[in-house]
Amino acid sequence: MRARLRLILPLVVLAALAAAPFLGFDSSFAYTVLSRAMILGMGAVSLSLLVGGAGLVSMGHAAMLGVGAYAVASLDAAGVTDALIVFPVAALAAGLFALLTGAVSLRTSGVHFIMITLAFGQMAFFTASSLSALGGDDGYTLYGRTEWLGTRLLENRLAFHFICLALLAGTWLLCSALLDSRFGRVLRASKENALRAQAVGFPPYPYRLVAYTLAGAICGVAGALLANATEFVSPATLAWGRSGELLFMVILGGAGQLYGAILGALAIVLLEEWLSHLLEYWRLAFGPLLILSVLFLRNGLAGITAMPKRRRPSGKPAALGQEADA
Amino acid sequence: MLEALLELRGLRKRFGGLTVTDDVSLTVLPGEIHAVIGPNGAGKTTLIHQISGTLQPDKGAVIFAGQDVTGWSFPRRAKAGLARSFQITCIVPGFTALENVALAVQARSGSSFRFLRPARSEAALNAAAHAALDSVGLGQRAGVMAGSMSHGEKRQLELAVALATEPRLMLLDEPLAGAGPEETERLIALLRSLRQRYGILLVEHDMQAVFALADRISVLVYGRVVVTGTVEEIRAHPEVRSAYLGEDEMA
Repeated sequence: MRARLRLILPLVVLAALAAAPFLGFDSSFAYTVLSRAMILGMGAVSLSLLVGGAGLVSMGHAAMLGVGAYAVASLDAAGVTDALIVFPVAALAAGLFALLTGAVSLRTSGVHFIMITLAFGQMAFFTASSLSALGGDDGYTLYGRTEWLGTRLLENRLAFHFICLALLAGTWLLCSALLDSRFGRVLRASKENALRAQAVGFPPYPYRLVAYTLAGAICGVAGALLANATEFVSPATLAWGRSGELLFMVILGGAGQLYGAILGALAIVLLEEWLSHLLEYWRLAFGPLLILSVLFLRNGLAGITAMPKRRRPSGKPAALGQEADA
Repeated sequence: MLEALLELRGLRKRFGGLTVTDDVSLTVLPGEIHAVIGPNGAGKTTLIHQISGTLQPDKGAVIFAGQDVTGWSFPRRAKAGLARSFQITCIVPGFTALENVALAVQARSGSSFRFLRPARSEAALNAAAHAALDSVGLGQRAGVMAGSMSHGEKRQLELAVALATEPRLMLLDEPLAGAGPEETERLIALLRSLRQRYGILLVEHDMQAVFALADRISVLVYGRVVVTGTVEEIRAHPEVRSAYLGEDEMA
């Protein structure tokens, strides 16, 4: 039953996103907000793979987003704008960045891991700020979106909406498959009990490094989309606040479920828009709302749907991402 | 004379000024249960740590199946057939019993860098995992979350996991610790059924279990092997009586 709910809810959310343009949400403003939510949702899902699946709380995930976005900008500066080149390059660049920084970061754990990923994120931020060829602090304006086989497909708002949606759905399916695979089983076991995984012959490091690299590559694709959505790339894309925002989407949505990250991204982006229209000092209301959600939604938004009929006997909060229904 | 499955040559380990393992040499033959007993703080678990690779000895060598594995990591030794159980139950609580064992099966059957196929539906993994669960008497509990099992069941599950790695040698660190009388009986019967098939190095406080199971016993006191012998020899040994059994009687 719960297994079915886990499938139905994300499908409902994705269907709602697919239907949105035909239900009156087709203003340029609505498109902007929704695509932003879906793109950050992709990044959050890839982060959720690390947090919920591998127990790796990265505070530098926005750097992957930034590497993907800057790949678009630097290719644009070089005159390359075809999606078949741009998107793979964005994924590879972010994956490579994740591989190199992960190889070092994953030697640490716990708070040290958080700090070292933050440090690498800041390194990427300051590198981007000093890239004078790409505008440095001022950023780089794209005068056209990435092209698809010579057509300006991505500039069609409806098409771009569905490209974002398809990539979001693909990200969710891919990450779910990863967690269910042999690889994912080792990852999940290492998160819950690393000693156990080692005792049967699995050193956690290589599995974590591969997961970190894959999550980076996926987030790189999201970054390339983000550059296209805003038609502008600046160091703000990879500021550390963005990393925190992604992490918050994962936690608000519920790290125990990958689709929780989608719910979290939608909730935060929509709430931000709504509150900023309602109140001038909307951040004053945003903060307490986030605190309340953490206090009362122990398993995140995804946890509401999977409300247990009975509480867990030990009263312990469910370990992140431990779902393993037989 | 059989070649030893496991041979410890002059192992030494110091924690600061404290010598916890002091020139320990012993062997485990194939099909033998070699028990290590000793009072609390004698360094039994530290010894297990050094054999399994979770701790590096300062001096000496661990020879497993004719190979010097002293420099090998814990996972590498596990892959080579050196399985260990833990004094404090070590399972993945959020996995079902079946998935706990399937993880171990997966370790010895092909690469685990497989990314897309659901592991849960791999029939070969599940079949081997079911077989291991059956052999420890947990066949009916395959679908239960490991975290919600009873203590005795968790000990059985750990044995099933160790068996599923198809080890050549099992290092069992107090497999009976914390088990009730009934569970203890079941576990002893289970361990007895395992002898002959594997070499077993058993660390255990329950003397009745040790005397019932062991082929040879080594007595460890302050990190040093005081004596190694058969059950009868150990029972009769005066130094053992004073150092260990006597102390136990007074307690």
